Amino acid sequence: MLLLAASIIISLSIGSSGLPLSDVWGILIHQLPWMDGGEGKWDPSSIAIVTELRLSRVLLAVLVGACLSLAGAGFQGVLRNPLADPFTLGVASGCSVGAAFLILFGFQTVIGIWSVPVVAFVTGIGALVIVFALARARGVMNIETLILSGVIVQAFLGAFVTFMVSLSQGVVNEIMFWLLGSLSARGWDHAGVVLPFLLVGFPILLRYAQPLNLFVFGERHAAHMGIHVERTKLIVLITATLLTAVAVSISGVVGFVGLVVPHMLRLMVGPDYRLLIPLSAIGGGIYLLWADTLARMALSPKEISLGVITALIGAPFFAYLLYRRKVLQGGSPS
Amino acid sequence: MIEAQSVVKKIGDRTILKEISFSMEEGRMYGIIGPNGVGKSTLIRLLSGVDSPTSGEVTLEGKSAGAYGRKELAKWLAVLQQGGLGATGFTVREVIMMGRFPFQNWLGEEKRNVDALIDDALAAMGLSELQDRRIDELSGGERQRVALAKVMVQEPKLLLLDEPTTYLDIGYQVQLLDTVKSWQREKSMTVVAVLHDLNLAAHYCDELLVLHEGRVDAFGPPAKVVVPELIQRVFGARAVVLPHPATGVPQLLLQPGQPADSYYI
Repeated sequence: MLLLAASIIISLSIGSSGLPLSDVWGILIHQLPWMDGGEGKWDPSSIAIVTELRLSRVLLAVLVGACLSLAGAGFQGVLRNPLADPFTLGVASGCSVGAAFLILFGFQTVIGIWSVPVVAFVTGIGALVIVFALARARGVMNIETLILSGVIVQAFLGAFVTFMVSLSQGVVNEIMFWLLGSLSARGWDHAGVVLPFLLVGFPILLRYAQPLNLFVFGERHAAHMGIHVERTKLIVLITATLLTAVAVSISGVVGFVGLVVPHMLRLMVGPDYRLLIPLSAIGGGIYLLWADTLARMALSPKEISLGVITALIGAPFFAYLLYRRKVLQGGSPS
Repeated sequence: MIEAQSVVKKIGDRTILKEISFSMEEGRMYGIIGPNGVGKSTLIRLLSGVDSPTSGEVTLEGKSAGAYGRKELAKWLAVLQQGGLGATGFTVREVIMMGRFPFQNWLGEEKRNVDALIDDALAAMGLSELQDRRIDELSGGERQRVALAKVMVQEPKLLLLDEPTTYLDIGYQVQLLDTVKSWQREKSMTVVAVLHDLNLAAHYCDELLVLHEGRVDAFGPPAKVVVPELIQRVFGARAVVLPHPATGVPQLLLQPGQPADSYYI
Protein backbone atom coordinates (compact mmCIF):
# COMPACT_ATOMS: atom_id res chain seq x y z
CA MET A 1 0.00 0.00 0.00
CA LEU A 2 2.80 2.41 0.93
CA LEU A 3 4.73 1.33 -2.11
CA LEU A 4 1.66 2.07 -4.22
CA ALA A 5 1.34 5.56 -2.73
CA ALA A 6 5.03 6.26 -3.27
CA SER A 7 4.83 5.01 -6.85
CA ILE A 8 1.85 7.25 -7.55
CA ILE A 9 3.69 10.27 -6.17
CA ILE A 10 6.85 9.65 -8.14
CA SER A 11 5.03 8.85 -11.33
CA LEU A 12 2.88 11.97 -11.04
CA SER A 13 5.95 14.08 -10.68
CA ILE A 14 7.62 13.08 -13.89
CA GLY A 15 6.34 13.67 -17.39
CA SER A 16 7.38 14.78 -20.81
CA SER A 17 6.19 18.37 -20.39
CA GLY A 18 9.05 19.10 -18.02
CA LEU A 19 7.00 20.89 -15.38
CA PRO A 20 9.00 21.51 -12.22
CA LEU A 21 8.13 19.37 -9.20
CA SER A 22 7.00 22.30 -7.10
CA ASP A 23 4.46 23.29 -9.75
CA VAL A 24 3.03 19.78 -10.09
CA TRP A 25 2.43 19.50 -6.39
CA GLY A 26 1.31 23.06 -6.01
CA ILE A 27 -1.35 22.48 -8.62
CA LEU A 28 -2.42 19.19 -7.10
CA ILE A 29 -2.73 20.58 -3.62
CA HIS A 30 -4.80 23.46 -4.92
CA GLN A 31 -7.22 20.98 -6.47
CA LEU A 32 -8.30 19.77 -3.05
CA PRO A 33 -11.96 20.69 -2.53
CA TRP A 34 -11.38 23.39 0.05
CA MET A 35 -8.67 25.12 -2.02
CA ASP A 36 -9.24 27.69 -4.71
CA GLY A 37 -8.21 25.53 -7.71
CA GLY A 38 -5.01 27.49 -8.21
CA GLU A 39 -6.28 29.55 -11.14
CA GLY A 40 -4.16 32.60 -11.83
CA LYS A 41 -1.22 31.12 -9.95
CA TRP A 42 -0.27 28.71 -12.71
CA ASP A 43 -0.90 28.88 -16.36
CA PRO A 44 -4.09 26.96 -17.30
CA SER A 45 -2.28 24.59 -19.63
CA SER A 46 -0.04 23.41 -16.80
CA ILE A 47 -3.06 22.84 -14.62
CA ALA A 48 -4.66 20.87 -17.44
CA ILE A 49 -1.58 18.75 -17.94
CA VAL A 50 -1.47 17.78 -14.30
CA THR A 51 -5.16 17.26 -13.59
CA GLU A 52 -6.53 16.21 -16.95
CA LEU A 53 -3.65 14.22 -18.28
CA ARG A 54 -1.22 13.08 -15.71
CA LEU A 55 -3.38 12.40 -12.67
CA SER A 56 -6.02 10.54 -14.63
CA ARG A 57 -3.45 8.51 -16.45
CA VAL A 58 -1.67 7.49 -13.28
CA LEU A 59 -4.92 6.37 -11.69
CA LEU A 60 -5.92 4.55 -14.85
CA ALA A 61 -2.63 2.65 -14.91
CA VAL A 62 -3.21 1.57 -11.32
CA LEU A 63 -6.80 0.48 -12.02
CA VAL A 64 -6.02 -1.40 -15.23
CA GLY A 65 -3.04 -3.09 -13.60
CA ALA A 66 -5.19 -4.18 -10.67
CA CYS A 67 -7.85 -5.61 -13.03
CA LEU A 68 -5.37 -7.58 -15.10
CA SER A 69 -3.50 -9.00 -12.10
CA LEU A 70 -6.70 -10.02 -10.36
CA ALA A 71 -7.90 -11.68 -13.54
CA GLY A 72 -4.57 -13.53 -13.83
CA ALA A 73 -4.70 -14.72 -10.22
CA GLY A 74 -8.29 -15.87 -10.72
CA PHE A 75 -7.51 -17.81 -13.90
CA GLN A 76 -4.46 -19.44 -12.33
CA GLY A 77 -6.39 -20.48 -9.27
CA VAL A 78 -9.45 -21.92 -10.88
CA LEU A 79 -7.65 -23.62 -13.78
CA ARG A 80 -4.81 -24.75 -11.52
CA ASN A 81 -2.58 -23.58 -14.32
CA PRO A 82 0.49 -21.52 -13.40
CA LEU A 83 0.84 -20.29 -16.99
CA ALA A 84 -2.68 -18.88 -17.27
CA ASP A 85 -3.24 -15.16 -17.67
CA PRO A 86 -5.74 -13.06 -19.65
CA PHE A 87 -3.19 -12.72 -22.44
CA THR A 88 -1.89 -16.29 -22.71
CA LEU A 89 -5.44 -17.67 -22.55
CA GLY A 90 -6.49 -15.52 -25.51
CA VAL A 91 -9.20 -13.85 -23.44
CA ALA A 92 -7.61 -10.43 -23.79
CA SER A 93 -7.57 -10.80 -27.58
CA GLY A 94 -11.16 -11.97 -27.49
CA CYS A 95 -12.13 -8.87 -25.57
CA SER A 96 -10.17 -6.65 -27.95
CA VAL A 97 -12.14 -7.96 -30.94
CA GLY A 98 -15.39 -6.77 -29.41
CA ALA A 99 -13.99 -3.50 -28.13
CA ALA A 100 -12.12 -2.69 -31.36
CA PHE A 101 -15.18 -3.45 -33.44
CA LEU A 102 -17.34 -0.99 -31.53
CA ILE A 103 -14.76 1.74 -31.31
CA LEU A 104 -13.44 1.53 -34.86
CA PHE A 105 -16.88 1.57 -36.43
CA GLY A 106 -18.30 4.18 -34.12
CA PHE A 107 -20.85 2.10 -32.21
CA GLN A 108 -19.29 2.68 -28.82
CA THR A 109 -22.35 4.27 -27.26
CA VAL A 110 -25.17 2.06 -28.62
CA ILE A 111 -26.11 0.95 -25.14
CA GLY A 112 -24.58 3.74 -23.11
CA ILE A 113 -21.10 4.12 -21.67
CA TRP A 114 -20.92 0.43 -20.77
CA SER A 115 -21.22 -0.71 -24.40
CA VAL A 116 -17.55 -1.31 -24.95
CA PRO A 117 -16.80 -3.29 -21.77
CA VAL A 118 -20.00 -5.31 -22.12
CA VAL A 119 -19.39 -6.30 -25.73
CA ALA A 120 -15.71 -6.94 -24.93
CA PHE A 121 -16.88 -9.22 -22.13
CA VAL A 122 -19.14 -11.18 -24.47
CA THR A 123 -16.42 -11.71 -27.06
CA GLY A 124 -13.93 -12.48 -24.26
CA ILE A 125 -16.17 -15.26 -22.94
CA GLY A 126 -16.53 -16.48 -26.52
CA ALA A 127 -12.75 -16.69 -26.86
CA LEU A 128 -12.49 -18.56 -23.54
CA VAL A 129 -15.11 -21.08 -24.63
CA ILE A 130 -13.25 -21.70 -27.90
CA VAL A 131 -9.93 -22.10 -26.07
CA PHE A 132 -11.45 -24.61 -23.64
CA ALA A 133 -13.06 -26.54 -26.48
CA LEU A 134 -9.72 -26.73 -28.30
CA ALA A 135 -7.81 -27.76 -25.21
CA ARG A 136 -10.16 -30.36 -23.81
CA ALA A 137 -9.49 -33.92 -24.82
CA ARG A 138 -11.62 -36.61 -23.22
CA GLY A 139 -12.53 -34.34 -20.36
CA VAL A 140 -8.95 -33.59 -19.33
CA MET A 141 -7.26 -30.26 -19.82
CA ASN A 142 -3.51 -30.39 -20.04
CA ILE A 143 -1.73 -27.27 -18.82
CA GLU A 144 0.47 -26.79 -21.88
CA THR A 145 -2.32 -27.65 -24.35
CA LEU A 146 -4.54 -25.03 -22.79
CA ILE A 147 -1.90 -22.35 -23.23
CA LEU A 148 -1.15 -23.51 -26.76
CA SER A 149 -4.84 -23.18 -27.61
CA GLY A 150 -4.80 -19.74 -26.00
CA VAL A 151 -1.90 -18.63 -28.14
CA ILE A 152 -3.56 -19.95 -31.32
CA VAL A 153 -6.80 -18.10 -30.56
CA GLN A 154 -4.83 -15.01 -29.64
CA ALA A 155 -2.90 -15.04 -32.94
CA PHE A 156 -6.10 -15.50 -34.94
CA LEU A 157 -8.04 -12.80 -33.13
CA GLY A 158 -5.07 -10.43 -33.26
CA ALA A 159 -5.07 -10.79 -37.04
CA PHE A 160 -8.80 -10.19 -37.02
CA VAL A 161 -8.38 -6.96 -35.07
CA THR A 162 -5.68 -5.79 -37.48
CA PHE A 163 -8.03 -6.57 -40.35
CA MET A 164 -10.79 -4.51 -38.77
CA VAL A 165 -8.45 -1.61 -38.20
CA SER A 166 -7.43 -1.77 -41.86
CA LEU A 167 -11.08 -1.64 -42.94
CA SER A 168 -11.83 1.40 -40.83
CA GLN A 169 -10.26 4.80 -41.30
CA GLY A 170 -7.80 4.01 -38.55
CA VAL A 171 -4.11 4.55 -38.86
CA VAL A 172 -1.24 2.23 -38.12
CA ASN A 173 -1.05 3.80 -34.71
CA GLU A 174 -4.42 2.30 -33.82
CA ILE A 175 -3.31 -1.17 -34.78
CA MET A 176 -0.38 -0.74 -32.44
CA PHE A 177 -2.78 0.38 -29.77
CA TRP A 178 -5.02 -2.68 -30.02
CA LEU A 179 -2.25 -5.22 -30.33
CA LEU A 180 0.24 -3.80 -27.86
CA GLY A 181 -1.86 -1.68 -25.57
CA SER A 182 -1.39 1.86 -24.41
CA LEU A 183 -2.81 4.30 -21.93
CA SER A 184 -2.14 7.41 -23.97
CA ALA A 185 -5.05 9.76 -24.62
CA ARG A 186 -7.18 8.21 -21.90
CA GLY A 187 -8.86 10.42 -19.35
CA TRP A 188 -11.17 10.62 -16.39
CA ASP A 189 -14.20 9.09 -18.14
CA HIS A 190 -12.18 5.97 -18.73
CA ALA A 191 -11.18 5.72 -15.09
CA GLY A 192 -14.86 6.04 -14.27
CA VAL A 193 -15.60 3.04 -16.46
CA VAL A 194 -12.97 0.81 -14.87
CA LEU A 195 -13.57 1.59 -11.23
CA PRO A 196 -17.09 0.09 -10.82
CA PHE A 197 -15.97 -3.16 -12.42
CA LEU A 198 -13.01 -3.36 -10.09
CA LEU A 199 -15.20 -2.59 -7.09
CA VAL A 200 -17.49 -5.46 -8.02
CA GLY A 201 -14.88 -7.95 -9.23
CA PHE A 202 -12.44 -7.61 -6.36
CA PRO A 203 -14.80 -8.60 -3.50
CA ILE A 204 -16.13 -11.51 -5.54
CA LEU A 205 -12.64 -12.91 -6.07
CA LEU A 206 -11.75 -12.28 -2.43
CA ARG A 207 -14.86 -14.20 -1.39
CA TYR A 208 -13.60 -17.18 -3.39
CA ALA A 209 -9.99 -16.96 -2.17
CA GLN A 210 -10.28 -19.80 0.34
CA PRO A 211 -12.08 -22.15 -2.11
CA LEU A 212 -9.30 -21.41 -4.62
CA ASN A 213 -6.78 -22.58 -2.01
CA LEU A 214 -8.60 -25.89 -1.82
CA PHE A 215 -8.55 -26.20 -5.61
CA VAL A 216 -4.78 -26.86 -5.49
CA PHE A 217 -5.42 -30.52 -4.76
CA GLY A 218 -7.87 -30.92 -7.60
CA GLU A 219 -11.52 -30.34 -8.27
CA ARG A 220 -12.76 -33.57 -6.77
CA HIS A 221 -10.87 -32.89 -3.59
CA ALA A 222 -12.46 -29.46 -3.46
CA ALA A 223 -15.89 -31.05 -3.92
CA HIS A 224 -15.23 -33.43 -1.02
CA MET A 225 -14.38 -30.45 1.14
CA GLY A 226 -17.80 -28.98 0.57
CA ILE A 227 -17.14 -26.63 -2.34
CA HIS A 228 -19.59 -26.24 -5.22
CA VAL A 229 -16.91 -26.79 -7.83
CA GLU A 230 -18.85 -25.89 -10.97
CA ARG A 231 -20.38 -22.81 -9.41
CA THR A 232 -17.01 -21.59 -8.13
CA LYS A 233 -15.36 -22.15 -11.49
CA LEU A 234 -18.10 -20.34 -13.35
CA ILE A 235 -18.15 -17.34 -11.05
CA VAL A 236 -14.37 -16.94 -10.93
CA LEU A 237 -13.96 -17.37 -14.70
CA ILE A 238 -16.73 -14.85 -15.42
CA THR A 239 -15.34 -12.34 -12.94
CA ALA A 240 -11.82 -12.69 -14.31
CA THR A 241 -13.07 -12.30 -17.88
CA LEU A 242 -15.11 -9.25 -16.90
CA LEU A 243 -12.05 -7.61 -15.34
CA THR A 244 -10.05 -8.42 -18.45
CA ALA A 245 -12.78 -7.00 -20.69
CA VAL A 246 -12.90 -3.68 -18.95
CA ALA A 247 -9.10 -3.40 -18.84
CA VAL A 248 -8.82 -4.24 -22.53
CA SER A 249 -11.53 -1.82 -23.59
CA ILE A 250 -9.51 0.96 -21.96
CA SER A 251 -5.93 0.00 -22.64
CA GLY A 252 -5.90 -2.49 -25.50
CA VAL A 253 -4.11 -5.79 -25.06
CA VAL A 254 -1.42 -5.34 -22.43
CA GLY A 255 0.19 -8.74 -22.06
CA PHE A 256 1.56 -10.80 -19.21
CA VAL A 257 0.57 -8.51 -16.34
CA GLY A 258 -1.67 -11.17 -14.81
CA LEU A 259 1.16 -13.66 -15.13
CA VAL A 260 4.05 -11.69 -13.70
CA VAL A 261 2.38 -10.02 -10.73
CA PRO A 262 0.72 -13.01 -8.98
CA HIS A 263 3.85 -15.11 -9.45
CA MET A 264 6.13 -12.45 -8.02
CA LEU A 265 3.79 -12.23 -5.06
CA ARG A 266 3.78 -16.02 -4.63
CA LEU A 267 7.54 -15.92 -4.32
CA MET A 268 7.18 -13.30 -1.60
CA VAL A 269 4.15 -14.40 0.45
CA GLY A 270 3.46 -18.02 -0.55
CA PRO A 271 0.50 -19.63 -2.29
CA ASP A 272 -2.39 -18.46 -0.09
CA TYR A 273 -5.06 -16.76 -2.25
CA ARG A 274 -6.44 -14.93 0.75
CA LEU A 275 -3.22 -12.89 0.59
CA LEU A 276 -2.60 -13.17 -3.13
CA ILE A 277 -5.91 -11.66 -4.24
CA PRO A 278 -5.64 -8.35 -2.37
CA LEU A 279 -1.90 -8.11 -2.99
CA SER A 280 -2.42 -8.79 -6.70
CA ALA A 281 -4.73 -5.81 -6.92
CA ILE A 282 -2.16 -3.55 -5.25
CA GLY A 283 0.87 -5.13 -6.90
CA GLY A 284 -0.77 -5.01 -10.32
CA GLY A 285 -1.40 -1.33 -9.84
CA ILE A 286 2.21 -0.66 -8.91
CA TYR A 287 3.58 -2.82 -11.70
CA LEU A 288 1.50 -1.29 -14.48
CA LEU A 289 2.08 2.21 -13.15
CA TRP A 290 5.83 1.75 -13.44
CA ALA A 291 5.52 0.10 -16.81
CA ASP A 292 3.41 3.02 -18.02
CA THR A 293 5.75 5.61 -16.54
CA LEU A 294 8.59 3.86 -18.33
CA ALA A 295 6.55 3.85 -21.53
CA ARG A 296 5.99 7.59 -21.19
CA MET A 297 9.52 8.51 -20.23
CA ALA A 298 12.00 6.13 -21.84
CA LEU A 299 12.05 7.85 -25.23
CA SER A 300 10.37 11.07 -24.11
CA PRO A 301 8.68 12.95 -25.72
CA LYS A 302 7.89 9.91 -27.88
CA GLU A 303 5.82 7.19 -26.24
CA ILE A 304 6.45 3.49 -26.40
CA SER A 305 3.44 1.18 -26.36
CA LEU A 306 2.74 -0.04 -22.86
CA GLY A 307 2.48 -3.60 -24.18
CA VAL A 308 6.08 -3.40 -25.38
CA ILE A 309 7.28 -2.85 -21.83
CA THR A 310 5.09 -5.55 -20.28
CA ALA A 311 6.04 -8.05 -23.00
CA LEU A 312 9.75 -7.31 -22.61
CA ILE A 313 9.42 -8.16 -18.92
CA GLY A 314 6.64 -10.74 -19.17
CA ALA A 315 7.77 -12.99 -22.00
CA PRO A 316 11.12 -13.96 -20.41
CA PHE A 317 9.25 -14.51 -17.15
CA PHE A 318 6.79 -16.77 -18.95
CA ALA A 319 9.72 -18.69 -20.44
CA TYR A 320 11.19 -19.08 -16.97
CA LEU A 321 7.94 -20.49 -15.58
CA LEU A 322 7.68 -22.91 -18.49
CA TYR A 323 11.25 -24.03 -17.93
CA ARG A 324 10.72 -24.49 -14.21
CA ARG A 325 7.64 -26.63 -14.90
CA LYS A 326 9.76 -28.87 -17.10
CA VAL A 327 12.39 -29.18 -14.41
CA LEU A 328 9.80 -30.01 -11.78
CA GLN A 329 7.96 -32.32 -14.22
CA GLY A 330 4.81 -33.65 -12.70
CA GLY A 331 4.33 -31.03 -10.05
CA SER A 332 2.87 -27.61 -10.67
CA PRO A 333 5.11 -24.83 -9.43
CA SER A 334 3.21 -22.52 -7.21
CA MET B 1 -25.75 -45.10 8.09
CA ILE B 2 -25.42 -45.99 4.42
CA GLU B 3 -28.17 -47.52 2.35
CA ALA B 4 -27.79 -48.34 -1.34
CA GLN B 5 -30.95 -49.33 -3.19
CA SER B 6 -30.64 -50.88 -6.66
CA VAL B 7 -27.92 -48.42 -7.61
CA VAL B 8 -27.02 -48.36 -11.30
CA LYS B 9 -24.20 -46.21 -12.65
CA LYS B 10 -23.44 -45.75 -16.32
CA ILE B 11 -20.43 -43.84 -17.60
CA GLY B 12 -20.89 -43.14 -21.28
CA ASP B 13 -22.60 -46.24 -22.63
CA ARG B 14 -20.78 -48.57 -20.26
CA THR B 15 -22.70 -49.78 -17.24
CA ILE B 16 -20.20 -49.81 -14.37
CA LEU B 17 -22.53 -50.77 -11.53
CA LYS B 18 -25.59 -52.96 -12.16
CA GLU B 19 -28.28 -52.91 -9.51
CA ILE B 20 -26.26 -52.73 -6.33
CA SER B 21 -28.02 -52.88 -2.98
CA PHE B 22 -26.51 -53.10 0.48
CA SER B 23 -26.66 -51.40 3.83
CA MET B 24 -23.84 -50.45 6.18
CA GLU B 25 -24.20 -49.83 9.90
CA GLU B 26 -22.79 -47.07 12.00
CA GLY B 27 -19.50 -47.55 13.86
CA ARG B 28 -18.05 -50.34 11.76
CA MET B 29 -15.20 -50.60 9.33
CA TYR B 30 -16.07 -51.89 5.87
CA GLY B 31 -13.76 -52.92 3.06
CA ILE B 32 -14.65 -52.82 -0.62
CA ILE B 33 -12.63 -55.28 -2.65
CA GLY B 34 -12.70 -56.49 -6.22
CA PRO B 35 -10.58 -56.63 -9.36
CA ASN B 36 -9.31 -53.48 -11.13
CA GLY B 37 -11.89 -51.48 -13.06
CA VAL B 38 -14.87 -53.10 -11.35
CA GLY B 39 -16.16 -49.74 -10.14
CA LYS B 40 -14.86 -49.54 -6.58
CA SER B 41 -13.85 -45.90 -6.92
CA THR B 42 -17.12 -45.18 -8.74
CA LEU B 43 -19.00 -46.62 -5.78
CA ILE B 44 -17.00 -44.45 -3.36
CA ARG B 45 -17.87 -41.39 -5.43
CA LEU B 46 -21.56 -42.25 -5.24
CA LEU B 47 -21.34 -42.75 -1.47
CA SER B 48 -19.61 -39.38 -1.09
CA GLY B 49 -22.44 -37.60 -2.87
CA VAL B 50 -20.24 -35.83 -5.45
CA ASP B 51 -21.62 -38.09 -8.15
CA SER B 52 -25.19 -39.33 -8.42
CA PRO B 53 -26.36 -42.78 -9.59
CA THR B 54 -27.97 -43.21 -13.02
CA SER B 55 -30.85 -44.90 -11.24
CA GLY B 56 -31.47 -46.13 -7.73
CA GLU B 57 -30.57 -44.22 -4.62
CA VAL B 58 -27.83 -43.85 -2.02
CA THR B 59 -29.09 -42.64 1.33
CA LEU B 60 -26.84 -41.40 4.12
CA GLU B 61 -28.47 -41.24 7.56
CA GLY B 62 -31.89 -41.57 5.99
CA LYS B 63 -31.48 -38.79 3.46
CA SER B 64 -30.50 -39.07 -0.19
CA ALA B 65 -26.78 -38.31 -0.62
CA GLY B 66 -27.51 -35.85 -3.41
CA ALA B 67 -30.02 -33.93 -1.28
CA TYR B 68 -27.41 -32.69 1.20
CA GLY B 69 -25.76 -29.32 0.71
CA ARG B 70 -22.09 -29.82 -0.14
CA LYS B 71 -20.74 -27.98 2.88
CA GLU B 72 -23.34 -29.56 5.18
CA LEU B 73 -22.21 -33.02 4.11
CA ALA B 74 -18.51 -32.15 4.42
CA LYS B 75 -19.07 -31.42 8.12
CA TRP B 76 -19.48 -35.10 8.87
CA LEU B 77 -18.32 -37.00 5.79
CA ALA B 78 -14.64 -36.99 4.82
CA VAL B 79 -13.00 -38.59 1.81
CA LEU B 80 -9.38 -39.57 1.42
CA GLN B 81 -8.94 -39.99 -2.28
CA GLN B 82 -6.67 -42.12 -4.35
CA GLY B 83 -3.43 -40.49 -5.45
CA GLY B 84 -2.84 -38.34 -2.39
CA LEU B 85 -1.94 -34.68 -2.39
CA GLY B 86 -0.31 -32.93 -5.31
CA ALA B 87 2.75 -30.72 -5.03
CA THR B 88 2.06 -27.26 -3.67
CA GLY B 89 3.84 -24.51 -1.79
CA PHE B 90 1.55 -24.76 1.23
CA THR B 91 3.10 -26.02 4.45
CA VAL B 92 1.98 -29.20 6.18
CA ARG B 93 0.20 -27.26 8.89
CA GLU B 94 -1.60 -25.02 6.40
CA VAL B 95 -2.84 -28.02 4.46
CA ILE B 96 -4.12 -29.78 7.57
CA MET B 97 -5.87 -26.55 8.53
CA MET B 98 -7.70 -26.74 5.19
CA GLY B 99 -9.50 -29.76 6.59
CA ARG B 100 -11.48 -27.30 8.69
CA PHE B 101 -12.86 -25.62 5.56
CA PRO B 102 -16.47 -26.82 6.05
CA PHE B 103 -16.54 -25.08 9.43
CA GLN B 104 -14.88 -21.84 8.36
CA ASN B 105 -16.26 -18.52 7.17
CA TRP B 106 -15.13 -17.07 3.84
CA LEU B 107 -11.91 -15.74 5.35
CA GLY B 108 -10.93 -19.16 6.63
CA GLU B 109 -11.64 -18.39 10.28
CA GLU B 110 -13.83 -20.18 12.77
CA LYS B 111 -14.97 -19.42 16.29
CA ARG B 112 -13.46 -22.48 17.87
CA ASN B 113 -9.73 -22.52 18.55
CA VAL B 114 -8.47 -25.47 16.57
CA ASP B 115 -4.74 -25.32 17.35
CA ALA B 116 -4.95 -28.23 19.79
CA LEU B 117 -6.90 -30.28 17.26
CA ILE B 118 -4.27 -29.64 14.59
CA ASP B 119 -1.44 -30.44 17.02
CA ASP B 120 -3.08 -33.74 17.95
CA ALA B 121 -3.51 -34.70 14.30
CA LEU B 122 0.12 -33.79 13.57
CA ALA B 123 1.28 -35.89 16.52
CA ALA B 124 -0.95 -38.85 15.61
CA MET B 125 0.54 -38.99 12.12
CA GLY B 126 4.10 -38.35 13.31
CA LEU B 127 4.26 -35.06 11.44
CA SER B 128 4.98 -32.67 14.31
CA GLU B 129 8.53 -32.06 13.14
CA LEU B 130 7.50 -31.57 9.54
CA GLN B 131 4.68 -29.10 10.20
CA ASP B 132 6.43 -26.10 8.66
CA ARG B 133 7.80 -27.96 5.65
CA ARG B 134 6.25 -27.39 2.24
CA ILE B 135 4.20 -30.22 0.76
CA ASP B 136 6.37 -30.30 -2.37
CA GLU B 137 9.40 -31.14 -0.21
CA LEU B 138 7.76 -34.29 1.19
CA SER B 139 7.84 -37.89 -0.04
CA GLY B 140 4.72 -39.65 -1.31
CA GLY B 141 4.31 -41.51 1.98
CA GLU B 142 4.64 -38.34 4.04
CA ARG B 143 2.09 -36.61 1.83
CA GLN B 144 -0.35 -39.47 2.38
CA ARG B 145 0.04 -39.03 6.14
CA VAL B 146 -0.65 -35.30 5.74
CA ALA B 147 -3.78 -36.17 3.76
CA LEU B 148 -4.97 -38.45 6.56
CA ALA B 149 -4.22 -35.83 9.22
CA LYS B 150 -6.26 -33.40 7.15
CA VAL B 151 -9.35 -35.65 7.16
CA MET B 152 -8.83 -36.27 10.89
CA VAL B 153 -9.29 -32.59 11.73
CA GLN B 154 -12.48 -32.64 9.71
CA GLU B 155 -13.79 -34.86 12.57
CA PRO B 156 -16.08 -36.95 10.36
CA LYS B 157 -18.69 -39.50 11.41
CA LEU B 158 -18.22 -41.27 8.11
CA LEU B 159 -14.84 -41.67 6.46
CA LEU B 160 -14.42 -42.95 2.90
CA LEU B 161 -10.96 -44.13 1.90
CA ASP B 162 -10.08 -44.83 -1.72
CA GLU B 163 -6.98 -47.04 -1.81
CA PRO B 164 -5.28 -45.17 1.01
CA THR B 165 -2.19 -47.37 1.01
CA THR B 166 -1.29 -47.21 -2.69
CA TYR B 167 1.85 -45.09 -2.38
CA LEU B 168 3.06 -46.45 0.92
CA ASP B 169 5.63 -49.12 1.63
CA ILE B 170 4.48 -51.97 3.83
CA GLY B 171 5.57 -50.44 7.13
CA TYR B 172 3.51 -47.33 6.50
CA GLN B 173 0.58 -49.33 5.12
CA VAL B 174 0.23 -51.09 8.44
CA GLN B 175 0.90 -47.89 10.38
CA LEU B 176 -1.74 -45.95 8.45
CA LEU B 177 -4.39 -48.63 8.81
CA ASP B 178 -3.56 -49.04 12.51
CA THR B 179 -4.10 -45.31 12.98
CA VAL B 180 -7.39 -45.37 11.08
CA LYS B 181 -8.57 -48.40 13.02
CA SER B 182 -7.80 -47.02 16.48
CA TRP B 183 -9.28 -43.66 15.51
CA GLN B 184 -12.39 -45.43 14.22
CA ARG B 185 -12.80 -47.36 17.48
CA GLU B 186 -12.19 -44.34 19.65
CA LYS B 187 -14.79 -42.16 17.91
CA SER B 188 -17.02 -45.08 16.83
CA MET B 189 -16.75 -43.71 13.33
CA THR B 190 -17.97 -45.53 10.25
CA VAL B 191 -15.20 -46.26 7.75
CA VAL B 192 -15.58 -47.54 4.20
CA ALA B 193 -12.25 -48.30 2.53
CA VAL B 194 -11.38 -49.51 -0.94
CA LEU B 195 -8.42 -51.80 -0.38
CA HIS B 196 -6.50 -53.80 -2.91
CA ASP B 197 -4.56 -55.89 -0.42
CA LEU B 198 -6.96 -58.65 0.65
CA ASN B 199 -4.81 -59.70 3.58
CA LEU B 200 -4.81 -56.21 5.05
CA ALA B 201 -8.52 -55.86 4.31
CA ALA B 202 -9.23 -59.10 6.19
CA HIS B 203 -7.30 -57.80 9.18
CA TYR B 204 -8.78 -54.36 9.56
CA CYS B 205 -12.33 -54.59 8.26
CA ASP B 206 -15.35 -55.91 10.16
CA GLU B 207 -17.03 -56.77 6.88
CA LEU B 208 -15.96 -57.03 3.28
CA LEU B 209 -18.05 -56.14 0.24
CA VAL B 210 -16.89 -57.90 -2.91
CA LEU B 211 -17.67 -56.24 -6.24
CA HIS B 212 -17.58 -58.44 -9.30
CA GLU B 213 -18.89 -57.66 -12.79
CA GLY B 214 -20.82 -54.66 -11.54
CA ARG B 215 -22.63 -56.55 -8.80
CA VAL B 216 -22.17 -57.37 -5.13
CA ASP B 217 -20.71 -60.87 -5.22
CA ALA B 218 -20.42 -61.31 -1.47
CA PHE B 219 -20.84 -59.17 1.63
CA GLY B 220 -19.92 -60.42 5.08
CA PRO B 221 -17.21 -60.94 7.67
CA PRO B 222 -13.72 -61.77 6.30
CA ALA B 223 -13.93 -65.38 7.47
CA LYS B 224 -16.94 -65.91 5.18
CA VAL B 225 -15.65 -63.89 2.24
CA VAL B 226 -11.96 -64.74 1.96
CA VAL B 227 -12.33 -68.28 0.71
CA PRO B 228 -10.50 -69.96 -2.21
CA GLU B 229 -13.67 -70.40 -4.35
CA LEU B 230 -14.44 -66.68 -4.24
CA ILE B 231 -10.85 -65.68 -4.99
CA GLN B 232 -10.88 -68.03 -7.98
CA ARG B 233 -14.26 -66.75 -9.22
CA VAL B 234 -13.69 -63.03 -8.70
CA PHE B 235 -9.98 -62.57 -9.26
CA GLY B 236 -9.27 -65.63 -11.39
CA ALA B 237 -6.38 -66.57 -9.13
CA ARG B 238 -5.73 -69.85 -7.36
CA ALA B 239 -5.06 -69.35 -3.70
CA VAL B 240 -4.73 -71.13 -0.39
CA VAL B 241 -6.39 -69.54 2.63
CA LEU B 242 -4.82 -70.09 6.05
CA PRO B 243 -5.59 -68.62 9.45
CA HIS B 244 -2.98 -66.06 10.49
CA PRO B 245 -0.75 -67.76 13.11
CA ALA B 246 -0.98 -64.81 15.51
CA THR B 247 -4.47 -63.40 14.95
CA GLY B 248 -6.47 -66.23 13.40
CA VAL B 249 -7.71 -63.92 10.62
CA PRO B 250 -7.95 -65.68 7.22
CA GLN B 251 -4.92 -64.89 5.08
CA LEU B 252 -4.36 -65.62 1.46
CA LEU B 253 -1.40 -67.31 -0.15
CA LEU B 254 -1.38 -67.11 -3.91
CA GLN B 255 -0.65 -70.27 -5.81
CA PRO B 256 1.22 -69.90 -9.12
CA GLY B 257 -0.31 -71.70 -12.11
CA GLN B 258 3.06 -73.07 -13.13
CA PRO B 259 4.69 -74.55 -10.05
CA ALA B 260 8.45 -74.08 -10.08
CA ASP B 261 9.82 -77.61 -9.91
CA SER B 262 12.84 -76.60 -7.95
CA TYR B 263 10.69 -75.68 -4.98
CA TYR B 264 9.68 -79.31 -4.58
CA ILE B 265 13.15 -80.80 -4.53
